[in-house]
Amino acid sequence: MGAVAAPQPVTVRDPGNSRRTRNRVLTYAGLIALTAVFIAPLLWMLSTSLKSEQAATSLALEWIPGEPTTQGYQTITRAGTDSPVLRWFVNSLLAAAAHALLVVAVAAPAAYALARMHFRGKRTLFALILATLFIPPVILTIPNYITVDRLQWVDTIIALVVPGAAGAFGVFFLRQFFLGLPLEIEEAARVDGANAWQIFFRVVLPLSRPALATLVVLSFLTNWNDFLWPIYVMFSPERYVLPVGLATLQGAYNTNYPVIMAGAVIASVPVLILFVFAQRFIIEGVSRSGLKG
Amino acid sequence: MATQREALTTPASATSSRRDVGVATTGSTSGTGGLTPYLFLAPYFLLFTMFVLAPAVFGLWISLHEWDFLLPNKPFAGLGNYIDLFSSGSTTGAFFWQSMRATAKFTLYSVPPLLVIPLLLALILNGQFRGRTVFRAIYFAPYVLGVAVIGVLWQFVLDANIGLLNSMLGRLGIDANIAWTTATPWVWVSLVGVTVWWTLGFNAVIYLAGLQEIPREQYEAAAVDGASAWNKFWHITLPGLRPVLVLVTTLTVLASANMFGQSLLITQGAPGNETRTAIMYIAEEGLGNFRMGNATAMSYVLTVFLVLTSIAIFAFFRRFQD
Repeated sequence: MGAVAAPQPVTVRDPGNSRRTRNRVLTYAGLIALTAVFIAPLLWMLSTSLKSEQAATSLALEWIPGEPTTQGYQTITRAGTDSPVLRWFVNSLLAAAAHALLVVAVAAPAAYALARMHFRGKRTLFALILATLFIPPVILTIPNYITVDRLQWVDTIIALVVPGAAGAFGVFFLRQFFLGLPLEIEEAARVDGANAWQIFFRVVLPLSRPALATLVVLSFLTNWNDFLWPIYVMFSPERYVLPVGLATLQGAYNTNYPVIMAGAVIASVPVLILFVFAQRFIIEGVSRSGLKG
Repeated sequence: MATQREALTTPASATSSRRDVGVATTGSTSGTGGLTPYLFLAPYFLLFTMFVLAPAVFGLWISLHEWDFLLPNKPFAGLGNYIDLFSSGSTTGAFFWQSMRATAKFTLYSVPPLLVIPLLLALILNGQFRGRTVFRAIYFAPYVLGVAVIGVLWQFVLDANIGLLNSMLGRLGIDANIAWTTATPWVWVSLVGVTVWWTLGFNAVIYLAGLQEIPREQYEAAAVDGASAWNKFWHITLPGLRPVLVLVTTLTVLASANMFGQSLLITQGAPGNETRTAIMYIAEEGLGNFRMGNATAMSYVLTVFLVLTSIAIFAFFRRFQD
């Protein structure tokens, strides 16, 4: 309305401004609608986990349970249950933490040697490691099962921790980071009389804390979420990790969705908390591996 | 950062020039010669040999045998396991190719939305406005949950009778009671939709990092020349994203071709074996039924397809560049 009466220069500036405002409003509306699509299923998981079996199968679309109950949680956390979710939780936590530490412990020195040292066979070794990045994991699964069986690691936590740490990602990731460190610092340390080990442990590693943290978090997540391998290497229900346990809940509790969703909530909360606090490392790790991988 | 920017603006193959830069900065500091480098490498190399190098070869050996894990004798079979897959009378072969078709279908249906939607989202999130990092985090969040959680969750949400999705559609007046998890074509819609929901944020984050590497000056210069938004996208954004596009495409195709958990938990391969993927069938045969000779042969056939697909992707982007 005002635009009609307004003098010429204002009407020229106005459409641009209002278009920008309209675009901004549309952008926010779109992003918020998409947010709902992302949040709704997770809220539904939480709300169902707090319902009775009967309420969960009604079509009432109760986002906030009318009569909240922890039955679902009790079923899988009480003593003597066939689905010891808390046990699986501890197993997952131990396996993922041990795996993440192992990855960093073996990848960091190897990556440093590949980044900074000269030795015979370096090019060949690097090319070999590079080539295996293109090997689809499926061709390793069955031979590795036989190896793990011969080592008598089947149905033990070692099977969940060790074989995955042979992956090339950590070595690449850290090598790239080490290559980016200023060479002068290491040279100065060497002039001061430090040997390779001292330089690595006292100079390079402290400088690499963000990269090491990123690798720890990404490796933890990968292991926590790993699904195919643990299905087949773990037999005893009390040794399951959460993903495998969750899959068995689906069979054991069929349509008792509050129980299954309670399991899913227990499996989600730690990683979501980790994500909130380590978001910087996770997202930067993914984008950095994207740019340089 | 500076070297990467140069690499991206150089018209010649960005990846190779970036690698040259990396080699050029490789200096010699410590441990030139002697045992030290090998000691640094030893722990990783031991694991790498045991669980990557050796099994890649050992698998080939297994595939040449009638290798039943539970039987003491594993007679040599030559190419028998492979021939079996390609002969028309074999049930294993029939099941295998059915599962390969499922994998191919899923890859074909899921890759386009997984490439396009995250790119659009990244372009929006690359703008200057408040809350962009919050939105980025929200869209990325499902990715950290892992396939087991999202599988059981969506199996429930998609349930034809009591699922959230059909209930909500009912509220909107669509009382179709769609069989999302048991009938075609809905099973494919479900598997693709869930996968997009789950991994969209991952691709978007990689795109975003790529977008932020494109020098702002290029857009400013184009704006001076009066280029339209579409022109800027076509002549600056897309070429600037080329290395990232190659990477995202390859990662996405390989991830889709390796799909397993979604089918196992959401459709259980239904209807019939329509959505039983190659990985699902190979794992079932090799680790469930312990027919490892068969299963490893299948895994090598699948690998050949994956390698050919990767080569095709690189060739496509090379042509696109010229």
